[in-house]
Amino acid sequence: MSQTEPEASSSLYAAREPIFPRRVKGKFRSLKWVLMAFMLGIYYLTPWIRWDRGPQLPDQAVLVDLANRRFFFFWIEIWPHEFYFIAGLLVMAGLGLFLFTSALGRVWCGYACPQTVWTDLFILVERWIEGDRNARLRLHRQKKWDFRKARLRMTKWVSWFLIALATGGAWVFYFTDAPTLLVDLVTLNAHPVAYSTMLILTATTFLFGGFAREQICIYACPWPRIQAAMMDEDTITIGYRSWRGEPRGKHRKAEGAENLGDCIDCMACVNVCPMGIDIRDGQQLECITCGLCIDACDEMMDKIGKPRGLIDYMALTDEASERSGNPVKNVWKHILRPRTIMYTTLWSLVGVGLVVALFIRSDIDLTVAPVRNPTYVTLSDGSIRNTYDVRLRNKHGEDRPFNISLTGHPALRVQVEGTPYSSVNVPADSTYLQRVYVIAPKGSEPAESERVEFRLWVEDTASGDRAYKDTVFNGRAN
Amino acid sequence: MAKKPTQKEEIGTTGHSWDGIEELNTPLPRWWLWTFYACIAVAFVYSLAYPAWPGIHKASAGFMGWSTRGDVAAEIAAHEAQLGPINEKLASAELTEIAGDPELQGYAVSAGAAVFKTWCAQCHGSGAAGAKGYPNLLDDDWLWGGDIEAIHQTISFGVRSEDSEDTRFSQMPAFGRDELLEPVQIDQVVNYVMSLSGDPMDASMVADGAVVFEENCAACHAEDGTGDIYQGAPNLTDAIWLYGGDFDTIKETVTNARYGVMPNWNARLSEAQIRAVASYVHQLGGGE
Repeated sequence: MSQTEPEASSSLYAAREPIFPRRVKGKFRSLKWVLMAFMLGIYYLTPWIRWDRGPQLPDQAVLVDLANRRFFFFWIEIWPHEFYFIAGLLVMAGLGLFLFTSALGRVWCGYACPQTVWTDLFILVERWIEGDRNARLRLHRQKKWDFRKARLRMTKWVSWFLIALATGGAWVFYFTDAPTLLVDLVTLNAHPVAYSTMLILTATTFLFGGFAREQICIYACPWPRIQAAMMDEDTITIGYRSWRGEPRGKHRKAEGAENLGDCIDCMACVNVCPMGIDIRDGQQLECITCGLCIDACDEMMDKIGKPRGLIDYMALTDEASERSGNPVKNVWKHILRPRTIMYTTLWSLVGVGLVVALFIRSDIDLTVAPVRNPTYVTLSDGSIRNTYDVRLRNKHGEDRPFNISLTGHPALRVQVEGTPYSSVNVPADSTYLQRVYVIAPKGSEPAESERVEFRLWVEDTASGDRAYKDTVFNGRAN
Repeated sequence: MAKKPTQKEEIGTTGHSWDGIEELNTPLPRWWLWTFYACIAVAFVYSLAYPAWPGIHKASAGFMGWSTRGDVAAEIAAHEAQLGPINEKLASAELTEIAGDPELQGYAVSAGAAVFKTWCAQCHGSGAAGAKGYPNLLDDDWLWGGDIEAIHQTISFGVRSEDSEDTRFSQMPAFGRDELLEPVQIDQVVNYVMSLSGDPMDASMVADGAVVFEENCAACHAEDGTGDIYQGAPNLTDAIWLYGGDFDTIKETVTNARYGVMPNWNARLSEAQIRAVASYVHQLGGGE
C-alpha cells in the first residue's frame, strides 16, 4: 500500500446527513406527546395566569420584574436580597439533574430538553405538511423546484417561523405585564429590547429546531459530555439485546434461517431515530434515549410474533446478567440504589430548607448601618448621640407605618430624624432609608463607656409584625 | 513515484541552527505583508489626525481638532446642561421651602454632599465632625445660628473673611495680651466660666470671677453666659467647646482671644451650590 497524503485522510468537516424520522406509535411516543403538550402548555400559558396582589403590585402570577428587581411567583415574592432562594433552586436543579442522570441516563435529553421538544414539534409539522419519511425523502431528492415542492417548503417554513415567533414572543411575556406587552408589541410601541429578544429567540428557534436539530446535541451541547461522568453501569439507557437479536437477517424462509436471531433487520429502529443512528451498534454519544426505536421495534416484534424488548431501556450490567441466562431485571432495582437515594435525600433537604426559609421570612425587615464618621456627637446638653442609617423594608402592597424602638439599655433613647414621633411611613413594596439617632444622657453608662450593645426594633403597627437588628452604641470612651 | 522535495529543500533555512534545530526561511504570506503596509499607512494618517508629532513648545494638534481637555470640557458642559433646570429651581426657591420639596431636597442633599466633600471637608472633616477650632456641624450648637437661612448666610459670606463686606464679624478682646485684665482676674473668670457648664473648678474664685464676667464678658456672651448668635459669641453654659473646655485652653482663649476664619464661598461657588451645601449641612442632625 502506498502512503496516503495526510491531508486526504483526515478532513475535520463532515457535511450533515439529512435525517427523516419515520412516524412511530407506541408508549414512549405517546409519553413524549403528552410531555410535549404539557411543557409547551406551561411555557406558553404561564405568563397569562393572573394573580391578585393588591392595587400597587403586578397581577401576573409569574413575573421576572427586572426593572423593579422583583420576582413574583404566585404567592411568593422574591427581592434581590433573597437571591439565596434562586441559588437554592439552582442547587436543586443541579442535584435533580444528577439524580435523573445517574438513575435514568439522558432522560432530560430525550424528553424534556427544549431542543428535543421543539425539534419534535418541528418534525411533526414537517410530517403534516410534507408527509412521512418516504415522501420527505423523495421531496429532498427531487432536484427540480417545481410548484409543489416550493409550496410545501414555503408552507413548512412559514409554519416553523410562526412557531418560532410564538416561542420568542412567549419568552418576553415573562418579564413584563403580558397583556400590556402584547398590545405594545402589536402596535409597535414596545421597548426595543423586547423586539430584539424576540428576534434572537425566533431566529434561534427557527434555525435550531428546523435545520440544526441533532447537530446541536452532538456538537454544540456540553451536556452529552458531562453526563458521561455521571452515568454508571446501573444507569438506565437504551440497549439492543444483541444476544437475542443476532445474527440478524431478513430472509426468514431462506436456508439456515432457523439460526437467525430475532432481529429481522427491518431498519425500523434506524428510520424512526431523530438522531440518525443505529442503536444496534451499541452505546453512542448521539443517543438521547428518547425511546422511539423501542416503540418501532416493539411494533415489529408484535407483527412477527416475537416477544417485545429486543431494544429496551436497560442498564449496562443487564448484558452480562442476561447473557448468562438470568431473567430480565426490573428497572426499579437499577434505579433504587445508594447513589440515587443519596441524591434524592440531598435534593429533598435543600428543598425542605427553602420551604422552611420561605415560611419563616418576615414581610418587614431592616438593616442598620451605624454612621462611623464620627463615631459619636456631643450635644450641647452634654448627651452623646450616635447616628444610624436604617433601611426599612416593606414587602406589603400598601404603605405601612413602622414603629422604631430599642431595647438593651434603659438609658438609651431613640429619635427618628425629621419627626417628633417614633413612627415612619414606609411606602408599599419598597425599601426606605431613614436616619435614626440614639441618644445617651450626659454621665449615663452608655455615654461614658466605650461601646454598648443594643437591639433596634421595628414593628409594623398595622399587622404587629416585628423585626430587629443588633447593633452598637459608641460612648465617649470610644 | 518521485519523492516530493521536502520543505527544507524547497524553501531553504535561515542558516541558523540551535542544537540541530533549524529555522525554515518561509516568506511572509502576501496578505500579511499587505496588511502590514496598510497598517503603516493608517498609522501615518492617524498621527496627522490626532495630536502626535512633538514640536518645540507643543505637539501637533491634528486635523481632527481632538483633545482630552476638549473631551472633559464637553462632558462638564453636558453635565451642567443636564442639571441646569434643577439648579435654577434650587437657586430661585425660597430657602425655607427646599426641605418640603422631596425632589429639590433630595437633589440639594446629594449635590451638597459633593460640594461639602470638595470644599468644606478640609476643615470641617469628611463627616462634618469638625476639629479643634473648626465647628462640628452635626451637633445642636451654632455660633452664628443653625436655621437654613443663617447657615446659608454664613456659607455665602464667610466668617471674618477679608474679601467680603457682608461677612460675619466679631472680635473678642485679647484680655490678657492687651492687659485688659489682671492675670488673677483671668483665673477668676475662667473658673466662673467653667462653673457655668458644670465643669470641675476652683469654687473659691467663682464669686470674683462672676464680677469680672459681668463687667467684661456679659455684653457679648450675655449675663447668663448663653452667648449671642448675632455676634457669634459662643454659649458658655453648654458642653460644647470649639477649642477645648479645660482650664488651660479657656485661659488661653481669654488671654489671646480666637478669631476663626471661613472664606466667603459666594466668590467661588454658585448660588445653587451654596444652597445645596447649606441644605446638606442643615439636615446633618443639628439644623434648626
